[in-house]
Amino acid sequence: MSNIVGIEYNRVTNTTSTDFPGHSSNEDHSWDIEKFKDNFEINISHLTERTANFDLINIDTSVANAFRRIMISEVPSVAAESVYIFNNTSVIQDEVLAHRIGLIPLKVDPDLLSWVDPAQDEKEKFTDENTIVLSLDIACTKNPHPPAGSTDPKDLYRNAHVYARDLKFEPQGRQVDLFKNNPVVPTDPDILIAKLRPGQEISLRAHCILGIGSDHAKFSPVSTASYRLMPDIKITEPITGELAKRFQKCFPSGVIGIENDTAFVKDARKDTVSREVLRHEEFNGKVKLGRIRDHFIFNVESTGAMPPEEIFFKSVRVLKNKADYLRNCPIGQ
Amino acid sequence: MSEVDPNAMDEVSEQEFDADKIKLLPGSSEDGTAATFQIIDEDHTLGNTLRYVIMKNPEVEFCGYSIPHPSENKMNIRIQTYGNISSVEALHQGLDNLSELCTVIETKFSEKILAGGYLAEEP
Repeated sequence: MSNIVGIEYNRVTNTTSTDFPGHSSNEDHSWDIEKFKDNFEINISHLTERTANFDLINIDTSVANAFRRIMISEVPSVAAESVYIFNNTSVIQDEVLAHRIGLIPLKVDPDLLSWVDPAQDEKEKFTDENTIVLSLDIACTKNPHPPAGSTDPKDLYRNAHVYARDLKFEPQGRQVDLFKNNPVVPTDPDILIAKLRPGQEISLRAHCILGIGSDHAKFSPVSTASYRLMPDIKITEPITGELAKRFQKCFPSGVIGIENDTAFVKDARKDTVSREVLRHEEFNGKVKLGRIRDHFIFNVESTGAMPPEEIFFKSVRVLKNKADYLRNCPIGQ
Repeated sequence: MSEVDPNAMDEVSEQEFDADKIKLLPGSSEDGTAATFQIIDEDHTLGNTLRYVIMKNPEVEFCGYSIPHPSENKMNIRIQTYGNISSVEALHQGLDNLSELCTVIETKFSEKILAGGYLAEEP
C-alpha cells in the first residue's frame, strides 16, 4: 500500500499505517531489526545552540510521537521549586513572584544533580547534591543625579527593573568546585521579573531541583518540540503558460518552479499544505496533494539548558529505559 | 555528556523493580494466549509504541491499548496470540524489540551528528 496520506478538498485519505503482518498477502511486515536498520534514515537540516531541525524517515507515527511527547514532558531539567521570601515590599504578590521565578529557564546541566527524595524529611530533603540555591536581594533607590528632563524610570531610579540576571547563584558544599567553570545563570538574562519604585525591595532564596515537564511546565527542557509530515505534491497533467504562474501563486514561494513555461515541483518541503490550489477549479484533476506518512520533520527548540540534540538523545534513552525497566518487572496478579 | 555510561546497564540489573508496575487483569484465557495487562504510570507514549511493535509480531493476532480514565495513571494493554507463544512472551518480545529499535535510532543519530554536513545556523 502507498505510504502517502491523501489530502483532498474536504477529506483526508489513507491515514492509518498498515505495515502489520497479515495485512497483505504479498508483503512481509513482521518486525525485523536489520530491515529497520537499513531503511531508517535521519537527515539533519540545521542544528544550532537553541534549535534543531531534522527528519526521521521510515519510522512509525507511534514511535515518532513518543519522542515528541517525551521531549516535552519526560526529559528532566532544573527549575526553581521552593521560593523562600524574606521581604517583598513590591507591588507584585509573593505567589506571583514565586511563580515567575519558577518559569525562568536555568543553565544547569541536569546530569550534575540527583533527584530529590520526596519521602525524606523536610530538613534532610535538600542537599548540595540535589539543590541549587539562587538568591535575589534587590532594593530600588532614587538616582540622585538624573538626566535633566528625563521621565524614564531607568534614569530616575536605580534597580527600577528586576531582571533574571539579578538572581545570584550561591554554590553549596561541593558545588563550589563542581560549578567553578560554569556557574548557574538564567539562560536568558533579560527576562523581567518585577518592577520597583524607591523604597521597595525584594529579598528571597530560591531552591532549584530536578523535575519533569509532566509535573510542571517549568521543568520542560523545550519551548516547542513538534513534527510535521513531509508534503508531497504530484502534478498529474502538465500545467503551462499563464496557468503555471497562477499555480505557482497557490503555494509558498520556492515550492513550485517554472521551466520551459511548465510548472514543476521544486521543493515540496517548503509547502505548508494550505490546500489553496484545491480551491481553484482550473487545477481540478491536475494536481494531487499528500503527505508522506513515515517521513517526520522534527523541529525542536530548547529553552537553553541543554543543546537540542541532547534533548532528543535523552528522549530516546527515556523510551529505552521504559522498555528495559518494564521488561524486568515481575507481572503481578 | 551525551556519551553512554558503560556502567549504566549494570545499574539497571542491580536496581529494584516495582512489583506493582504491571499486573494481569481478569479475563485472560487459561492457556495464556490472551491476556490484558495493566501498567501503572504509563500513558500513550509507551502504550502506542508498544502496541505498534507487538502488532508487528507475526505470532500476535491482536494487540490494543487503552487508558480507561484520564485521571487515573493506568494503561491497559490487551494481547491475543495465534497460540504458538503466550501473551507474556509476546509482551516481552515487544519490549525487547522496542529497546533495540531505540538503540538503532540513538546510534544513527549520533553518527549523523558526528558526520556533520548540516547548517550551524537557522536558514
